Amino acid sequence: MTTALIFLPVGGALVVWLLPLRPFAVASTAFLVALAEVALWIDTLARFDFDKPGLQLDEQQSWFSDLHVSYHVGFYGFSLWLVGMSVVVLAAATGYAFWAGRDRPRAYYGLMLMLTGAIVGVFVSQDLLLFYVFWEAMLVPLYFLVGVWGGAGRLRATLLFVIYTMAGSLLMLASIIVLGISQGTFDLVNSGTNSSDWIFLGFVAAFAVKAPLFPLHAWLPETYRESSAEVSAVLSGVVSKLAAFGFLRIAIAKFPEPTADFRTPILVLAACGLVYGSLLAFRAPDLRGVIAYSSLAQMGLITLGLFAVNPLGLNGAVLQMVNHGLISASLFLIAGAVERRAATGELDALGGMARGRPALATVLMATGVIALAVPGSSAFAGEFAILAGVFTTGWGYAVVGAAAIVFAAMYMLRLISAVLHRSPGRAVTEAALDLRPAELGIIGPLVLCLLVLSAWPAAITERSFPTGRTLTELAGSR
Amino acid sequence: MIASLATPPIDWFALAAPLSLLAAGAVNLLAAVLVPRGDRRVVASVVAALGYAAAIAFAVALYQQTPDGHGVIADAIQRDRLGALTSVIIAGSGLLAVGVSFSERMSDDHIAEYYALLAWAGAGMTFLASAGTLLTLFLGLEWFSISLYILCAIDRELVGSLEAGLKYLIVGGFGSAMLLFGSALVYGATGRLEFHEIAAQVSAQDLSHDALLVAGLALMIGGLGFKASAAPFHMWTPDVYEGAPTPVTAFMSGATKAVALVLALRVLVTAFPQEARLWTIAIAAIACASLAVGNLAALVQTSLKRLLAYSSISQAGFMLIGIAANNALGARALLYYLIPYCAMSVGAFAVVAARERELNRPVTMDSLAGFGWERPLLGGGMTVFMLGFAGFPLTGGFVGKFYVFSAAYEHGWTWLVIVGVVATAVSLYYYLGVIRAMYFRPSEELQLAAVAGGSPPRELLLQSAVGAAIVVTVGSFFAVQPLIDIARHAAESLRF
Repeated sequence: MTTALIFLPVGGALVVWLLPLRPFAVASTAFLVALAEVALWIDTLARFDFDKPGLQLDEQQSWFSDLHVSYHVGFYGFSLWLVGMSVVVLAAATGYAFWAGRDRPRAYYGLMLMLTGAIVGVFVSQDLLLFYVFWEAMLVPLYFLVGVWGGAGRLRATLLFVIYTMAGSLLMLASIIVLGISQGTFDLVNSGTNSSDWIFLGFVAAFAVKAPLFPLHAWLPETYRESSAEVSAVLSGVVSKLAAFGFLRIAIAKFPEPTADFRTPILVLAACGLVYGSLLAFRAPDLRGVIAYSSLAQMGLITLGLFAVNPLGLNGAVLQMVNHGLISASLFLIAGAVERRAATGELDALGGMARGRPALATVLMATGVIALAVPGSSAFAGEFAILAGVFTTGWGYAVVGAAAIVFAAMYMLRLISAVLHRSPGRAVTEAALDLRPAELGIIGPLVLCLLVLSAWPAAITERSFPTGRTLTELAGSR
Repeated sequence: MIASLATPPIDWFALAAPLSLLAAGAVNLLAAVLVPRGDRRVVASVVAALGYAAAIAFAVALYQQTPDGHGVIADAIQRDRLGALTSVIIAGSGLLAVGVSFSERMSDDHIAEYYALLAWAGAGMTFLASAGTLLTLFLGLEWFSISLYILCAIDRELVGSLEAGLKYLIVGGFGSAMLLFGSALVYGATGRLEFHEIAAQVSAQDLSHDALLVAGLALMIGGLGFKASAAPFHMWTPDVYEGAPTPVTAFMSGATKAVALVLALRVLVTAFPQEARLWTIAIAAIACASLAVGNLAALVQTSLKRLLAYSSISQAGFMLIGIAANNALGARALLYYLIPYCAMSVGAFAVVAARERELNRPVTMDSLAGFGWERPLLGGGMTVFMLGFAGFPLTGGFVGKFYVFSAAYEHGWTWLVIVGVVATAVSLYYYLGVIRAMYFRPSEELQLAAVAGGSPPRELLLQSAVGAAIVVTVGSFFAVQPLIDIARHAAESLRF
C-alpha cells in the first residue's frame, strides 16, 4: 500500500518518458496519475487505524544486509496528514501546469511525477539511508524544473538553491553514516536514541537549509521568484515541510538530549526568522516576494512549535504544516494566474482586480483571510496551539509569535488590497479575465480543504499523535 | 641443460582471459594484412569484441570455480576471485570501448592495429589483475602501458594525439621506473618476489622498520599512483585524456584506473600488512590530495574532456579512501565502486565522442548547449553519469560513496569522511554544470559555425554502449546486495 503510493507516480513518470505520447496525452496522463495518487491516499487514510499506536501499513525489505540497510516504509498519524497535503498540492500543481501549458511536456511531467514519488518517499521512509535517498532524489527533478522552465534569472537561482541544499544534505549524509554504522543499523524504528551533538547538528544543518531557517534563507527569494508558479507552490508548500518533518522525525525524536541542549539557539533563530520574514514580506515589492518571505516567517513559526517539544506545540506544528502547505500553494498558483493576466507581479502595477472578477477576488480573499489567521480559521487553530505550546518553554517566544500574527495580518492585507482593491494598476487591463473554470477547479479544492480544516482542525490535531505517547513512539525501541 | 630446468605446471584456465585477448590481438594483426581494406574496420572490431566477450566469459567462469584463492604457476599468478572480478570489470570496459571506437573517424590504414592494441592493452590489464609477484606486476604494467602509449598517439590526423602519446610515454615511463626501483628495493630488503613471501620475510626477519623496505614501498605507491592518476602523480592525466582519441580515453579512464587501484589494494594488503601504519596514512594523504586537486581544477575547465579528466582524478581520490581504510569493508567498497565507476566513465567519454563526431571539433561546455534536448538518449545518459559521479541516489555512484565513507568511519577516520563529503559538495558545481550546459541553455545561444546539416549520425554501437553503461550505473543502485556479495567474496581473497 505504502509502496504503491511511492511507485505509482514513479511508474507514471516512466510511462511519460518512454512512451511516445502526444503532448496533450502526456499532460493528461500525468494529471490523471496525480489524481489517482490522491485517491490512493484517501484509500490509505481509510485503512489507517488512528486508535493503534506505532508504525502502520509498514513494509520492510532488506536492501543490503552487511550494513543493515533496508527498504522500510510506513505511516505514523502525522506523516499520513503531511502526505495527504503533499499529494493534493502536487495534483493541483500538475493540473495547473496542464492548464498553463509547458514546453517539452514529456520531460516536464515526468519530472513532476518523479518529484511526487520522491516526496512521498521522504515522508514514509523508516530507514535513514532510504530517507536520504528520497531526499536527494527529490532534488534532481527540482533542479531541472527550476533550471529549465524557470524565469530569466533561473541559472543563478538553481545554483544558489543546489549549493545551499547540498551543503546541508551532505553534512546530513556524514551524520547518517556515523549514526548508522555506530548503532549497527540504519533503521529508524528498531534503534534507540542518540546523544551526540555533532550528529544532531549534521541533521539540523540539512533541515535548517531546506526549511529554510533564518539565516540560511539566501536561496529562497530568488528560487521562489524564478520558478514557474506551480513549482514555487510545491517548493514552498511541500518541500519546506519535508524539512520540518525531518526536524520532528529525526532531529527531535532521535536526539532528545541534544535537542534540549540546542533548543534555545534554535528557538531564537526561529523567532528571528519569524519577525524578519514578516517584515520583509511587508516590504516586498512583488507578489512572489510577499509569499516567499511569508513562507520564511511561517517556517519559523512551525519550528517554534516543534522545538517547544510538547504535545500542544507538536500538534499545532503539524496542523500548521498542513495549513501552510495548502495556503502557500494556493497563493502561488493565484500569483501565477495574476501574473499571466498582468504580465507582472509588481504590486505597484497591479490593483483593482476585484472589479468584474468575482472568482479571483473570492479565492484570494478566502486564502488571504485564512493565512492571516482570523479566529475560526485553521491557521488560527494551528498558530494558537503553537503559541500555547511554546509559552510553557518561554513566554518571550509566545510574545514574538503573537506579534508575528499581527505582522501576518499586515502583509496579507497589503497583498490583498494591492491586487484586488485600489484603482486599477497600469498592468491591469479590461481584457484580463476572471479566473477560468479550469483554474478555479485547480485552486478551489485547495481552498476547500482549508475551509474543511477550519471547521474541523481536530481532524489533524487529535489524529497526528493519537496515542499521546508521541516522542517515545518515534524514538524507536532498542 | 635446459631440459633439466624444472618448469612449473601451468594453469591455462587462470590465464584464459588474457590469452583470449592476446589471441584476438594476433588475429587482428593478421587481419591487417589479409583482409581487404574496406572490410577491415568491421572485421577488426568484431574480433576485438569477441576477444573481450570471451575474456568476460572466462573471468566469470574463473570467479565461479575459484572459491579459494591460491597461487599458480610457481606463485607468479594469484588465481582468485579478486583477479577474476577485476578482469570482468576491465573486459566490460573494453567491450564498451570497442563499441565506442567503431564509428570514430580514423583512417583505415591502421584500424586493425588499433583494435589489436586495444585487445592487448586489455590482456595486459587482466594479466596484471592477478599478478602474484613483483615481476609479474611489472610485466603486466608495462604490457598494457606500452599498448596504451601507442593507442594514444595512433591517430596522426588528430591534433594533440601525438603529443598525448609522447607525454604519456615519458611520464608513464617515469612512473614505471619508480615502480621498478621500488620493487628492486623491496626485493633487496626481503630477498623475495612473491607478495605473500615478502610479508612473511618482513615478519620473520623483523624488517618492518627497515629503511630499504620502507623506501621501496614508498616508490611502489608512487608508481601505482601514476597509473591510477592520483595526485600528486596526476600531471599527465588532463593532457593525455584530452589529446588521445576519445574512445581510448574512455578505455583508459575506466580500465586503467580499475586495475591500478585493485593492484594497489592487493600489493599493500598482501605484501605489506606490517607497514599498514605507514601506508594507510600515505594513501589517505594521496586520496585527500587527489580530491583537492581534481575537484578544484575541474571547477574552472571549459573543455569537457579535461573536466572529465580532473573528475577522474577526484574519483580516484574517493576510491583510494576505500584502500586507506585497510579493512574488509574498504576492499568491498572499492570493488563495488569500480563497477558503476567504469560504466560511468566509459559512458561519459562515449557521449563526448558522439558530440565530437557531430561537431567535428573538441567539445567545450559551451558547445554542449541544447545537446540534451537534441539527443535524448545520449543527453539522458550523460545526466545519469554526472549524477552518478556526484553521488546522487538512483545511481551506483551514491552507494559506492556511501560504502567508501562507511569504511573510513569504521577505520576510525571521521575526518576522512568529512573531507570526502566536502569534496563531494565541491564536485557538484561542475558535475551539475555539465547538466546545466546540456539542458538549461537553448541551442540558439550556441554560436556553432558548422554543425553538419541533416540529422545527427546514428551510431548504433555507441548508443548501445551508452545504454549498457546507463543500465549498469542505475542497476548497481538497485542490485546492491548481489554486487556487494560478489565484491565481498572477491575481497575475501585478501587477508585483513
